[in-house]
Amino acid sequence: MEAGVATPVQRRSAGRRLADLFHGRPRLQAGALLAGPVGWLVIGYLGSLAVLLVTSFWSLGELSGEIEQTFTFENFEDVVSTDVYRSVTGRTVAIAALVTLTDIVLAFPLAFYMAKVAGPRMRGLLVVAVLMPLWSSYLVKVFAWRGILSQEGAFNWLVDPLGIEGPGYGMVAIWLVMSYIWLPFMIIPIYAGLERIPDTLLSASEDMGAKPSTTFRRVIVPLVFPAVVAGSIFTFSLTLGDFISPTLIGGGEQLIGSVVYSNFTADLPFAAAFATVPIVVMIAYLLIARRLGAFQHL
Amino acid sequence: MSERGTNPARVALLILAALATFIFVMGCGSDDDSEQASSDDALQELGEGEGEVNLVAWAGYVEDGSTDPKVDWVSDFEKETGCEVNVKIGNTSDEMVQLMRTGQYDSVSASGDATTRLIEGGDVDPVNTDLIPNYEDVYDALKDQEFNSVDGQMYGVPHGRGSNLLMYDPDEVKPAPNSWDVVFDNADQYSGKVTAYDNPIYIADAALYLREHQPDLGIEDPYELDQEQFDAAIELLKQQKEHVGEYWSDYTKEIQAFANGDSSVGTTWQVIANLLNADGSKEEVVLPEEGATGWSDTWMISSEAENPNCAYMWMDHIISPEANAAVAEWFGEAPSNEKACALTADKEHCDVYHADDEEFFSQIEFWKTPVSDCGDDRGEECKTYDEWVQGWNEVKG
Repeated sequence: MEAGVATPVQRRSAGRRLADLFHGRPRLQAGALLAGPVGWLVIGYLGSLAVLLVTSFWSLGELSGEIEQTFTFENFEDVVSTDVYRSVTGRTVAIAALVTLTDIVLAFPLAFYMAKVAGPRMRGLLVVAVLMPLWSSYLVKVFAWRGILSQEGAFNWLVDPLGIEGPGYGMVAIWLVMSYIWLPFMIIPIYAGLERIPDTLLSASEDMGAKPSTTFRRVIVPLVFPAVVAGSIFTFSLTLGDFISPTLIGGGEQLIGSVVYSNFTADLPFAAAFATVPIVVMIAYLLIARRLGAFQHL
Repeated sequence: MSERGTNPARVALLILAALATFIFVMGCGSDDDSEQASSDDALQELGEGEGEVNLVAWAGYVEDGSTDPKVDWVSDFEKETGCEVNVKIGNTSDEMVQLMRTGQYDSVSASGDATTRLIEGGDVDPVNTDLIPNYEDVYDALKDQEFNSVDGQMYGVPHGRGSNLLMYDPDEVKPAPNSWDVVFDNADQYSGKVTAYDNPIYIADAALYLREHQPDLGIEDPYELDQEQFDAAIELLKQQKEHVGEYWSDYTKEIQAFANGDSSVGTTWQVIANLLNADGSKEEVVLPEEGATGWSDTWMISSEAENPNCAYMWMDHIISPEANAAVAEWFGEAPSNEKACALTADKEHCDVYHADDEEFFSQIEFWKTPVSDCGDDRGEECKTYDEWVQGWNEVKG
C-alpha cells in the first residue's frame, strides 16, 4: 500500500506543521506563549505609565490651554513645594492606612471563623456572602452610600431617635465607605492564610500548655502575617488611588485621586506629575511588603 | 517573585531601560497640529447629511424629550434632516475642550472661556455663516465678538447668554437673599449647607463679589486679576470653604444635594432650579445685586468633524426661532435669535432675561479665559489660567 504511506505527508495540516515547528524548541514555545501577555504588559501597561511620565514634564500653552512639548520641571516643583499638595498627600496616605487597619480588624475574626470554625456548608455560604458585594458595580455602591449618608438619608433616619446626627459627607464618610468596599480584598487573603495553618499546630500549642491568647500571639499571628500584608496591599493601594468616593461623598475634601481627576481636564501635565506621587508611595509600600514576606502568599 | 532564578535588580533595570526607550521615542515625536485654522477651512457648500452628528453640550442644551416629554427640539430635527443626534454632556469648559480635542465630536456649545482655547488650539474651524440661514436673525451684539470670531471671521453661531444665579432653599435661607454675601462673608449662617461651582473659573465669582465689597483692591474685570487681587479672591474662597458642604460641577450632583437637604444655598444655573421645581422641590433663584458671572455660548464646529453637513444643519436648527426659543426657555437664558422672542411659551421670557438689553448684559461678566495680559496699563501682570487652576486646588485644600 504505497499510496497509504504517501498521503499522510501531503495531507499535513497547517496545525500539524505548526506543532512540528514548536516541537523540541522550548524557548520558542515559551516565547509564543508569553508574547501576548508580555506585549500587553510592556506596551499597554508600562507604555501608558511612560506616557504619563512624559506628559508630566510638559506645560500648557497660555491662550490655547494646549499641551506644549517643552521640557520643564515646574509641575514637579509645584507638587513638592506647595503646601496644599503635601497635605493632600499626607491626608490620602493617612486615610489609606486607616482603612487598611480597619479592614484588618474587621476581617480577621470573620476569616478565622471561616477557616477554622465553620463547617463546609457554612464556609461556602460565607465565601459567597463575602464575594457577593463584588458582583455589583463600585459606582452603584458609592452612590448608594451617598444616599445613605445624605442629610435626609437612611443613616440619619436611623440614629435620629438617639439624638445624634450622622457624619454627613467628609473624611469620616470616605473612611466608612472605603472600609466597606475594600473589605473582601482583606478577608480573602487572610482566610487563605489561615486555612494554610494545619490544625495540628494549634493542637500542639495547646498540648504544650499554651493559653489560647499565647497560641494566637506566637503561632497564628506570625504564620498569617504575610497574608495580612498581602491583603493590605489591596486595601492600601485601592484607597490611595480612588477618586470616585472623595468626589461623591468627600464633601469638599480632596484626596490625591480627586486632585488628579479635577486637574486632568484643566492642566493635564500637572495632573500627570501629581499622579506619580501614589506610584512612588506604592513602590515604597511594596518594597516594605516584600521585606515582610508578603509575596510568598500572592 | 522568587528570590532565586531571576535577579530582581536585573528585572528592574530591564523595565527602566524599556521605559527610557519609550520616553525617548515619545519625545522625538513632533506635534504641529496646534495651528489656528484659516478661513479657507470653512465649509463652502452644504452637502447631504451624513446620517448622524456628535455633539458636546451643556446640560439642557440638547433635549429629545427623554428628560421631559414636552421638552424636545431634537426629534423634529432628526426627522427632517435624517441626522441622528448623539450628545455628550460637558460639565465644565475644561471638560468640553478636552472632549473636543479627542476629535470624536462634530460640534460643541462652547462658552467664552472655551472658545478662545479651541480657536487658538486649532480645534475648531471657521464657520461659513452664509450656509446658516437663521444667522441673519441673530442679535448684532452677539456677532463678531472677541470670543467667537477672529478678524471678522466667525468661528461659530451664537447660542444664547445668561448669568449664573444664586439658588436657595426658602425654608432655610431667611430672609430671601439679595447678595452673594450669603455664600461669602455671611456663609457661617448656613455653614455646611453652602455649595459652589467646582471649577477654577469660580474664582471670578469671588472677584466679582470683592469688586463691590472691597473697592480698594481696584478690581475691574474679574477675569483680569493681578497678584494682590488674586490673593484676596483666593483668601475669600478659603474662608468660604469652611462652610461648603460640597462643591458641584456635575449638575445632577447639585440637584441631588438640594433635593436631599445637603445644600441650601449656592451658585446655580436656571435649568437646575427648573428641574428641582419640576420634581416638587421649592428652591428659588435670584440675581444678586452685585451682578453675576455668566456665559455667552457659541456652537462651534470641530476641525476634524466627520459629519460637517449635519453639524451645519444642527447649528442652523439650534438658532432657528422655534428651537432657540425652546432651549432658551428650558435652560433659562436669553435667546440669540431675535425672532425666538415671539415663540416662547412665556411671552415675558425675553424681557425677564433681557434678551436685547445690552446695558443689562454689560453688568454680566461672561466667562473668558484668564491670560497674563491684563488688557490695561498693568501690562502682563495678570494671573493666567493655569495659575487659576493651581489657586483653585489650594482653595479646596
